[in-house]
Amino acid sequence: MKLNDEEKDILAGKAGPVPRQALQHQIKVGEFFGAEDMVAVTQAHLMADTESLGEAGVRWLEGLAATVDGQRRVRIPTITDPRGTDFANADLLGQTSAMLDLERRAISAFEALGVAMTNTCINYQTIQAPTRNEHVAFGDTGVVIYSNSICGARSNFEGGPSALAAGLTGRTPRYGFHLPEMRRATLRIHVEFTPTSLNGWGALGGVIGRIAGNYWAVPVIEGIEGAPRSDQLKHFGASMASFGSIALFHLAGLTPEAGKLTDVAAPGLPSLRVTRADVDELQRSYHTDDQVDVVVFSAPQLSLFELSDLAGLCDGRRFAVPLLAVTSPQVKPDADRMGYTARIEAAGGKVLSGMCFYQSYAREISEAMGWKRLATNSAKLVNILGGYGYRPMLASMESCVDAAVSGKLART
Amino acid sequence: MNTRIFRARHAMGRTVRGPTLVAKDGFSARYDLDRINGIFCRPSHKLAGQSYVGKILVLDTAKGGVATAWMLHEMQSRGIVPLALVLNSVNPILAQGAALGDVPMLAGFDEDITAAIPNGAEVEVNPEMGVLTVVD
Repeated sequence: MKLNDEEKDILAGKAGPVPRQALQHQIKVGEFFGAEDMVAVTQAHLMADTESLGEAGVRWLEGLAATVDGQRRVRIPTITDPRGTDFANADLLGQTSAMLDLERRAISAFEALGVAMTNTCINYQTIQAPTRNEHVAFGDTGVVIYSNSICGARSNFEGGPSALAAGLTGRTPRYGFHLPEMRRATLRIHVEFTPTSLNGWGALGGVIGRIAGNYWAVPVIEGIEGAPRSDQLKHFGASMASFGSIALFHLAGLTPEAGKLTDVAAPGLPSLRVTRADVDELQRSYHTDDQVDVVVFSAPQLSLFELSDLAGLCDGRRFAVPLLAVTSPQVKPDADRMGYTARIEAAGGKVLSGMCFYQSYAREISEAMGWKRLATNSAKLVNILGGYGYRPMLASMESCVDAAVSGKLART
Repeated sequence: MNTRIFRARHAMGRTVRGPTLVAKDGFSARYDLDRINGIFCRPSHKLAGQSYVGKILVLDTAKGGVATAWMLHEMQSRGIVPLALVLNSVNPILAQGAALGDVPMLAGFDEDITAAIPNGAEVEVNPEMGVLTVVD
C-alpha cells in the first residue's frame, strides 16, 4: 500500500507501539483487499462485547492500555457498541460475576485508550449521524448499513480490532464502500409490498438480504411507497445486514445517492421481485411454537419512539412471562423522565440499557433462565438466536406484548 | 502423487496443511458456531453438528455480524479453531478477524471452490503464493 509521510512515521514507531500495531493490522487487511492507500476517517464505532472478546481479547486490550510509550489514546471520536450486560440488571439475566468482571476489565482498558463508552448500536439516532460522503470506521453492521445507505456516509464493516485501529490512527484502508465505484447497485429489487410494522420492515430486509447474499452486493430497491421512518429503516437495514452481510442499499428516489434509479444502476442489472407472500413466508417460517418463554425487544436498541409505543401497549396489562426492552444509555434517561419505563415495568416488563440481547451471553442466559421460545419484533434477532439454542419467533410489537400476557403467540 | 492447484485473488497468513470440511454455505463465528465445543451448531447450517477444529474450512461466503473479528482470536487462544479458512468471497470482518486471530485465509477463485474441493481431502493452503493445493 502507498503510505504518506505520517503513516510511514507511525509504521516506524515514532508515535509509539500502539499506533504502530494498529497500522500494521490495517495494512494487513488493506493489502488483502487490494487497497491502494489509507483514507482519513472522522469517527470510529467499536463493537467489543466481552462474549466476543473473551479472556484473550480482554488481555489483548489490557496490553494496549498498559502501554506507556508514545500515543495510547485514540485520535478521533471513538465510541462503543452495546456492552455484554446492564450491570444494574445482570441478575435478571442470570449473568455470572465472572462475566461482569470481564466487562469491567474491558471497560477500564477502553477508557485508558480514550474510548467513549456510549454503548449504543443506534448512534445514528442518538449520538451523531454521519453526513454524506463522510468517511467513517463503524462497527455494528446495522450502524454501517444505515450510515452508508440512509446518511450516504462511507464505511466498511469494521470489526472491533479494526475500528479501534482506525480510532488510534485516524484512518482506514481505502477499499470497499470507501470507493465510489463499489457503491453502485449490483442488482435491482422491485418490492410489491411496503410494510408498515417494524417486524414487517425487518422481514423485508431479511428477504432482500438473503437474495443479495454477500457483502459486495448492493441492492437498489424500487417500489417503496411513501417515506419510511428512521425506526423502520433501522429494522430494515439491520435485518438485511444480518441475513445477507449487506453493507449498503439504495432506495430509488429516497436515499441520498439514488435520487434517480440511473444514478446508481447501470442498464442490464439482474432484477427480482419481492412480494408480500415472500415477506409473510419468512415470518411464518420462524413461528415454530405457540408457547413463549420470554419476549425481547432489542437488536437494534429501541428508540424513544419505540419505547413510547411499547409503553402504550403495556398500559393496563399484566405479564405472565418476562418481557425485556433494551435501549441505549442515551435514550434510557429520557424514557425514565417521560414515564415510559415506569409504564412498561408496571406491567411486569423490564427496560434494560447499554446492552443488546444477542451480545450479552445469549446462550448462557437461555441456560440460566430456561428461556428457549422467544418472541420478538426484530428480524435481526430471530436470525441470530437460532444459533444460540433458541426457538426465536418473529411477530409484531402488539402480538409480542399479547404473548407476554398470555404466554401464547397468536398465529397471523 | 496427484495434485490440483487453485489460485486465490486474496490471501493472508501462514502456510498450513490439513483435512477439509466443505459445504456450500456461509460462515459466521457468532451465528453458526458452538465455540466452546468446536462444532457448527446453527440447525440450518449444512455442517450442523460437525467439528471444525483443526479443519481447513471450505465455504461459500462470510455471513452475519462483526463479532467474528474478535472471535477467531479468542478461539485461537483456546486452540478450538479452524486450521484455515477458504471461501468464494469474504467480507472485511472475516479478513480483520483472520488478521488478529492468525488464521490463514484464501478467498476469491475462478470457480466455485466449494464444488471443486472434496470434503475430507488433504489440502495445503499457501497464502504467500495465493494457492490451495489438493494432495490426494
